[in-house]
Amino acid sequence: MTDRSTTRLLSGPSLAGAAEGLGSHTSRLGPLPRGIDSSSLVTELEASGLLGRGGAGFPVGRKWRALAERPTGRAVIVANGAEGEPASLKDRVLMAHRPHLVLDGAILAANAIDADEIVLYIGQEHKAAVESIGRAIDERRGGVRQPIRLVQAPIGYVAGEASAAVNYINTRDARPTTTPPRVSEHGVDGGPTLVQNVESLAYAALIVRFGAHWYRTAGRLESPGTALITVGGAAGEGGVREVELGITVGEIADAEATPPGRIQAVLLGGYFGTWASVRDVRQMPLDPAEMKRRGLTFGCGIVGLLPTGTCGVVATAGIMAYLAKESAGQCGPCVHGLRAIGDATGRLASGQAGASEVVDIERWASQIGGRGACHHPDGAIQLMTSAMNVFGDEFIQHARTGRCSVTGSRIAAA
Amino acid sequence: MDVTLRVDWILCDGYGLCGDLLPDLIDLDEWRYPILSPEPVERGRLSDAQRAIDCCPMKALKLESETVRRRPG
Repeated sequence: MTDRSTTRLLSGPSLAGAAEGLGSHTSRLGPLPRGIDSSSLVTELEASGLLGRGGAGFPVGRKWRALAERPTGRAVIVANGAEGEPASLKDRVLMAHRPHLVLDGAILAANAIDADEIVLYIGQEHKAAVESIGRAIDERRGGVRQPIRLVQAPIGYVAGEASAAVNYINTRDARPTTTPPRVSEHGVDGGPTLVQNVESLAYAALIVRFGAHWYRTAGRLESPGTALITVGGAAGEGGVREVELGITVGEIADAEATPPGRIQAVLLGGYFGTWASVRDVRQMPLDPAEMKRRGLTFGCGIVGLLPTGTCGVVATAGIMAYLAKESAGQCGPCVHGLRAIGDATGRLASGQAGASEVVDIERWASQIGGRGACHHPDGAIQLMTSAMNVFGDEFIQHARTGRCSVTGSRIAAA
Repeated sequence: MDVTLRVDWILCDGYGLCGDLLPDLIDLDEWRYPILSPEPVERGRLSDAQRAIDCCPMKALKLESETVRRRPG
């Protein structure tokens, strides 16, 4: 068995190779411990301080406890590997290379809350992940009490939202549903359902082996542990990294061999996240609690580095157009509001809009929050508002002159 | 018990009758979708609110007690 102090999700065989099989997984980490009662397991998870890694960051132990302590009846686990966030790669990489850690976590959760079915919900476009998890399920056949089902999530940003995932599994319609009822009360086949991100499950599978204390040996500040992040955007290939929480944004950029002067801003948390200027966050620790205090989001662990030669208005316009298109189309404020914001931002990016459109965007952004069945519009306007804060001067520059000061070019005909 | 106006956003089609009937409690955006006051509805306005609810063609507007809070998942 390997040294526990350094064993984390991506330890083990090289990520350049194939998925880790059951034999290697078991000899490296040992089997999933059996016979731990549900209450001690949940207590251990709570003590670890593990937060959900799907984006919302809700404490994993507390979520499991709520399901474990339900009055009676059947329950279902949904391991969420939809990963519709375009800037994120970490879930597909984890599933493609460490499928048995994900399955371990799902089985652990199923036993902890006495669930009678496990659903692996994986984005259909993540082909390596689908194949790897499919093979891993075959390898486990006969060894797991609950039936395990693999459901391929349709392509789309909202398909991974918890109520949309449950809706798709139930009816093949991947649009969010109105809450309440919550999926924890009324989910797959009407039963209480735990929808948990695959990275969160994989960490739970390590915590049950090595203990909450082990997990907490990493983490420099308030938030304990390690996390998978996706670094992207700037020079270099970027990709998935496993980092100690509390590492600074500057350290992450340096590790990508990106000189400080080459980055102007950072997209934190993904398309539902926030832009921040590199000045403000270079020394900032990537710590969910600290980020929240600063009005930033850890989200699903995206650190997008925007090079100095790329215009933030143009980058934001691309994201807003995408988020508008990815509205599930059910709620008016999201359908109309995000489309209006996306169109206006696009016109500003291409030098075809004036200052009044900046005011329009600010008004729409202030009106949309909380007015939808899911949080898609909330995430989108958070991103938009942060863009106005970070690239405000450039938005005005585009509006007044039709020119981009970053690229120096006249952009009206772009 | 305090009650507040809530909209089922999936049902709402932006007819905007609620905003026309309760202009002091419900604003309309430029697509005539409601923007609700977060404040509880005063007791004396409950019958007005109920009339707006009854007039909603999509049955999307309702009164909800404040104890219904958002929780995760």
